[in-house]
Amino acid sequence: MEIRVENVIKEFSRYPALDNVSLGVRSGELIALLGPSGSGKTTLLRLIAGLENPTAGRIFFGEEDASQKTVQERNVGFVFQAYALFRNMTVLENVSFGLKVRPRATRPPKSEIRRRALELLDLVQLNGLEKRYPQQLSGGQRQRVALARALAIEPRVLLLDEPFGALDAQVRKELRKWLREIHDRTGHTTVFVTHDQEEALELADRLVVMSRGKIEQVGTPDEVYDKPNSPFVFDFIGESSALPVTVQGGEVWLGDRALGLRAEGTAPGSYRLYFRPHDVDLVDDGPALVGVVAGARRVAGLRRVELEIGGDGARAEIDLPHDHPAGERTRIAFRPRLWSLFPA
Amino acid sequence: MRPSVIPGFGLSLGYTLTWLSLIVLIPIIGLFLKAAQVPLDEIVKIATAARTWHALEVSFGSSLIAALVNVVFGVLIAWVLVRYKFPGKRLLDAIVDLPFALPTAVAGIALSALYAKKGWVGSLFTPGGPLNEWIAAQTWLPFGLSSFQFDWKIAYTPSGIVIALIFIGLPFVVRTVQPVLEEFEAELEEAAATLGANRLQTITQVILPRLTPAILTGFALAFARAVGEYGSVIFIAGNIPGVSEIAPLLIVIKLEEFDQAGAAVIAGIMLLIAFAMLLVINLIQAWARRRFGDV
Amino acid sequence: MFEREGAVYDSRRPIAPHQHLRPTTERAWVKVLLISIALIYMLAIVVLPLIQVFFEAFRKGFDTYFASFEDRGAQTAIQLTLTVAAIAVPLNLVFGVAASWAVAKFEFWGKSFLITLIDLPFSVSPVVSGMVYVLLFGAQSALGPWLKANDIEIIFAVPGIVLATVFVTFPFIARELIPLMQAQGNTDEEAAISLGASGWQTFWRVTLPNIKWGLLYGVLLCNARAMGEFGAVSVVSGHIRGQTTTMPLEIEILYNEYNFTGAFAVASLLAMLALLTLVFKSLLEWRYGDELAGTRRH
Repeated sequence: MEIRVENVIKEFSRYPALDNVSLGVRSGELIALLGPSGSGKTTLLRLIAGLENPTAGRIFFGEEDASQKTVQERNVGFVFQAYALFRNMTVLENVSFGLKVRPRATRPPKSEIRRRALELLDLVQLNGLEKRYPQQLSGGQRQRVALARALAIEPRVLLLDEPFGALDAQVRKELRKWLREIHDRTGHTTVFVTHDQEEALELADRLVVMSRGKIEQVGTPDEVYDKPNSPFVFDFIGESSALPVTVQGGEVWLGDRALGLRAEGTAPGSYRLYFRPHDVDLVDDGPALVGVVAGARRVAGLRRVELEIGGDGARAEIDLPHDHPAGERTRIAFRPRLWSLFPA
Repeated sequence: MRPSVIPGFGLSLGYTLTWLSLIVLIPIIGLFLKAAQVPLDEIVKIATAARTWHALEVSFGSSLIAALVNVVFGVLIAWVLVRYKFPGKRLLDAIVDLPFALPTAVAGIALSALYAKKGWVGSLFTPGGPLNEWIAAQTWLPFGLSSFQFDWKIAYTPSGIVIALIFIGLPFVVRTVQPVLEEFEAELEEAAATLGANRLQTITQVILPRLTPAILTGFALAFARAVGEYGSVIFIAGNIPGVSEIAPLLIVIKLEEFDQAGAAVIAGIMLLIAFAMLLVINLIQAWARRRFGDV
Repeated sequence: MFEREGAVYDSRRPIAPHQHLRPTTERAWVKVLLISIALIYMLAIVVLPLIQVFFEAFRKGFDTYFASFEDRGAQTAIQLTLTVAAIAVPLNLVFGVAASWAVAKFEFWGKSFLITLIDLPFSVSPVVSGMVYVLLFGAQSALGPWLKANDIEIIFAVPGIVLATVFVTFPFIARELIPLMQAQGNTDEEAAISLGASGWQTFWRVTLPNIKWGLLYGVLLCNARAMGEFGAVSVVSGHIRGQTTTMPLEIEILYNEYNFTGAFAVASLLAMLALLTLVFKSLLEWRYGDELAGTRRH
């Protein structure tokens, strides 16, 4: 099932939570809404589900205008951040709830409801726990019950709000892999909200980076990571450094020094040069960025050094092999391999 | 006892136990001793006497009805107070506690004046009253509905007892349900909606089950309070033996007749029932803690 | 009248789509219906009785109203009620503070049972609360002859009324303070003691300021009940007019004499006390809600 969000505006008492957002989600895709808190990602998810009404704009499921339908009619599977399991019901009752509340005409017989619920518990690897109450389960197990409950209604789309937000790091990693597997097996169009870039990069087919109620960039993890289209995305995803530069004659300059970076077709003027610490080449000669080491720290298998560049206090971070001999005040010359210029 | 640097354990606990014993425990034990001095066949005779039996029946029956009414309207009022905004909401919230603060004798005379045949509310249900006259004037109503007439005497009948007990029990259900409803997560309702449940299904299958322990606690508190209530009831009840005479009144009558044994037996029965109610309330709360992790 | 999402429309924007009902609320007419039922119910059960009191009290004019208080019975009743409350409330105040100190600051065996016992008077019929003292100190009791020989009057006298009042108001202050002090924990006191304060210094300078609003709240409720108690006092008082009738008992006597104006005049004073209590209680809850523990429990 495709989802199309068209020019959606959402205002909460005059404060715009979503400002004219449009987005297409392909059928069967696993897509992540990523952004800092207050960026509107959860609001967008809730609008798709029908838990909120848009102030303006429309949302389509396939060719059908979902904005005309209530949340009950939309048939979406929604997994809440805190799971929202019904504490007065057992695991089995939670999972079968969506089928039991159907009108008689479309409600499957009791034995069928039970069979399907057990099958789903099997899918989420919770067989044998159907008689437990939610309070008797661990966080990861609750999360899986919540997913099984959402899948039980055979939803047209699956929506997850910070699905792993409340879990500790270890469980989170396991569940991430497992969610990917389930998605590949069931093939639901899935949208999930997260503020954890690692999670989004690892799990999603495509990422939607949001900031202040607007979509900044949509793309595959590679596109978003390697070709961020704005300083915000550069800052928000991965590590990056920014240096004030100028462009003159198709060449990037830091002060009066050419950096050996070609910027043909870029209008002359002031820019900020963005690059990631690991996307740099150390150079021995030729035009380059030159700095002295001001600090260093170990980052996993690498050493990240902070360089003072030029006289006016500009700083940048680059990664070196952990056994690189650079020490305090060592002079290092490098050239970014992947970089972008944004108007200053 | 856990070692503590804080002083005053012996003093405070000793004072508490002494005062508790002097004011509450010794007098109550005294009552049971008094009742125990009565020969067993005499106890049975007092307990099963028609008048005693009727009084207990009236007390428990009307308390049950009043507590049930309070459950229905208490939940409704708690719901309205928590979920909706409307002018005067704070005022309504504050006056829910009036039955706790208003002396029972004041409530008793006010309610009996209000629900008497000529009272503001009582007259509505009296033949010839304004409500009945209005109904009779609605000749356009189908099925001869306009010939329907209320004839409901409230004050000085068992109905009056129920009204008084509803008054004094009103805050209990509201005040036990209200905090649970305030803490109820909106996400649960949203989850039910995304799963296709309509509003009624969400309320009956998701919200009400979570309120059940609070409702039961409120019911038990209101019921226990109603069974023992005296002041507000005697003014409105009419106090006809066998019809509208409540058990606490029978105790007072027996005391005035210097029949201390009879009074002690009835009081003993009522105390035992009060203890049982206390136990029930504690069990409900323990169960709710286990089941829902809170009350 | 009702909450609505503050949506802002302007002409540049596309027309808003169909606005569905949010899944966590009801239709407007359902809201109006439920609010109306709640208001009508509260009107019939609580508000009208209150209005009735003042209406009846002033029915025959202000002069008759104020004349009601020139009666000696009414005056002594007011005096006695104030006296009884002035004795009973401080007694329960000291008890409440001591009990909550013991229960909240220390762990010991049988604690929850102790709390249940403290709550016990709430569950006992007021009539029984008074009667236990009649059985203990009355003329027919074991102590009766000795008390009579030594000229000590308890039952059908002021001491009995005080005892019965202390009994029915017994849990009020402890009930308010225990959860509050439990929630506050022991850290403040432990800090004070580690800094060299004595036990009493700690209590007066650290604990008491922490619990003052909760304590005031408990005292208010306790006082309202002490002045208004009817059943328990009725059993022990003997109804000797001008001597052992408190205001609620005076109301009963006047009412049974068909002196309705007089009964409702005295009742109006108690109703004003109740209203005043509610006002203070609401103010405390709004202003210091987080410094009160059982604001929703009774």
